[in-house]
Amino acid sequence: MVDTFRSALRPALVMTLGFALLLCGAYPALITGLAQWALPRQANGSLLIRHGQIVGSELLAQGFASPAYFHPRPSAAGANGYDASASSGSNLGPASKVLADRIAKDASTLRNGTGQRVPADLVTTSASGLDPHITPEAALFQVARVAHARHLPEAQVAALVRKAVEEPLAGVLGAPRVNVLRLNLALDATATTGA
Amino acid sequence: MTIAGWGLILTFTALTALLAKPIGQWLFALYEGRPTPLHRVLGPIERGFYRASGVDPTREQSWLAYALHMLAFQVILTLFTFAILRLQDVLPMNPRGLAGIGADGAMNTAIAFVTNTNWQWYAGESVLSNFSQMVGLTIHNFLSAATGIAVAFALFRGFARHESGTVGNFWADCTRVTLYLLLPLSVAYALFLVACGVPQTFASLVEAHTLEGAKQAIVLGPVASQEAIKMLGTNGGGFYNANSAHPFENPTALTNFVQMLSIFAIGSGLTWCFGKAVGNTRQGWAILAAMLILFTAGAGITYWQEAQGASALTHAGFAGGNMEGKEVRFGIAASALFAAVTTAASCGAVNAMHDSFTAIGGMIPLFNMQLGEIVIGGVGSGIYGFLLFAILAVFIAGLMVGRTPEYVGKKIEAREVKLAVLAIAVLPLSILGFTALAAVLPAGLAGPLNKGPHGFSEILYAFTSATANNGSAFAGLSAGTPFYNGLLGVAMWVGRFFVIVPVLAIAGSLGAKKHTPATTGSFPTTGALWVGLLVGVILILGGLTFLPSLALGPIADQVTMVAGNSF
Repeated sequence: MVDTFRSALRPALVMTLGFALLLCGAYPALITGLAQWALPRQANGSLLIRHGQIVGSELLAQGFASPAYFHPRPSAAGANGYDASASSGSNLGPASKVLADRIAKDASTLRNGTGQRVPADLVTTSASGLDPHITPEAALFQVARVAHARHLPEAQVAALVRKAVEEPLAGVLGAPRVNVLRLNLALDATATTGA
Repeated sequence: MTIAGWGLILTFTALTALLAKPIGQWLFALYEGRPTPLHRVLGPIERGFYRASGVDPTREQSWLAYALHMLAFQVILTLFTFAILRLQDVLPMNPRGLAGIGADGAMNTAIAFVTNTNWQWYAGESVLSNFSQMVGLTIHNFLSAATGIAVAFALFRGFARHESGTVGNFWADCTRVTLYLLLPLSVAYALFLVACGVPQTFASLVEAHTLEGAKQAIVLGPVASQEAIKMLGTNGGGFYNANSAHPFENPTALTNFVQMLSIFAIGSGLTWCFGKAVGNTRQGWAILAAMLILFTAGAGITYWQEAQGASALTHAGFAGGNMEGKEVRFGIAASALFAAVTTAASCGAVNAMHDSFTAIGGMIPLFNMQLGEIVIGGVGSGIYGFLLFAILAVFIAGLMVGRTPEYVGKKIEAREVKLAVLAIAVLPLSILGFTALAAVLPAGLAGPLNKGPHGFSEILYAFTSATANNGSAFAGLSAGTPFYNGLLGVAMWVGRFFVIVPVLAIAGSLGAKKHTPATTGSFPTTGALWVGLLVGVILILGGLTFLPSLALGPIADQVTMVAGNSF
């Protein structure tokens, strides 16, 4: 038994090195080469560029505090949220008091004394903490605040939201959603062109 | 709950069944060692591997030699990754200057990836360099999957051969599966993922200036190449901490659906391959039917519970289901389904945080793992684990009809039943034993994030996930301590190899037997009665063994929720 094990060590060593070259060298190099050549935008993180500056990735949420921007879902990624080098959910359980208190506090802030119904995605942290989307309801919920802060007519901001809604694939796969960063970029573009 | 949600679950189940035959046919060619169309391109690489390592692929091995060669490979692979993680700071591709990993953490991670568990105590994007991810970890995503399939092939041969002293050649099985199945599928799959938005670059960091003038550091890397094999090989170790919930790993509803299918694809094909190997494909379909019944029930319950919502939300007046720890682009149904898939298989990738699931919605993933991940299961490990239950089921049927049990032309005798029980007993011993230990020691009690019964669930989930080689977590648990790294490391090793070795022993024992032709008195192992018996044996064994532990965790949690209490 010991002899068999010992005789297996040479193939084990050589196979480890051989497979390392193939699977950890050639394979990722091939995929990277093809991806960078054929699909450079996606392969480099689907970055969004404005005035020559990287403003973020269309796939990642970023923090927005100003009332003049649409806000993403709350985030548990990193100490202050939206940390794209520390993705994380809250991991709070269904009967957690910490979670219940957080939800109550956030909901009350969002209602702002108006008694409006708050969409659930605006008081729940996403799994990654970097969810780039909110539901169309959550976007429409914020229209009044954004319009007021920008001195724009509500109908104009609401129209921007409706234009930004991404429908499920083939009508069935996925949920209707709004990409917050893209919507805010569209909002800034509107303001500057004065349309 | 919506019609679209139920439609998604049923469509997914149907597609899993449809994949069984085409993938099974490809697997069967590899099982037999027949050349595939890819041999023309990759054949020279295969032969080069054998020549360099001094392996004669035509020389068959006894079950013991097969097991020893397999184990030698695992030991070397573990040391390989242990060294890379320890030396991360001096190895290349580390522009962020990340430090080497501590001994307990490096050993835990090396074992986690070698055993196909991919338990992650760390956050990938903050702790690992691109070299560690690409070389130290990705290699196991291929080879642990290939090892699982090789062991399954050896067991198939035990059933299929008569009066034979050998079960195949480990190196030939492992190399062929990697070269002709895992690698080509991964290449196509990785490119598909990139097209959908998964990054693939050797750069490591990009800095963005946000619209409000803050800076956001975006971690990039060779994600797609790792992601593809992470799913196909039911590994589940994410490039990022949030795993397949991270938009860079799983950017759209389409990638999400394909990721779920790719977890089940090879496991489903192996059921067909088994039937073909033993000369009756209906044997394979019967196994797949039992698996899919158990799967659909679990997925349905999870979806139903998540659509109801967590009490922390419902008590505050929020309807529409439990969105805490879930992503908008997937929604409730696809998150619940993913949780059921990843734990039915031994994948462990997550697209939502299981820790924040409702009590019962989170219990189903836990229970799926406690059944031994035999509902489709991990690649290889699912089918060989399931066949252990099939041996027990024919044994029980034999007791009822008073005849020596037979299964696919082999008499099942005391030796096989003892070995099967030995392998199955590893699960409760490791899960319940280690959980009990952690629940009384201060070092164990320091782990949970949540208070009350949910904190116990976090510990139970960790040892279940490790022993069953899943790798998903109730991630609130702070597991990056020497205590948890050590115990979970042992649980993973035991859960993998204390099952594989008895399985190979069964293969050797069965292969040496004569063929026993079926007679009118044989218990049929293809019809509805057999499928029902299988489901019953699996549920009763799993239920009886683990119900008390579930009562202390998720069930107590559910009672807390219903009573309107919180912790």
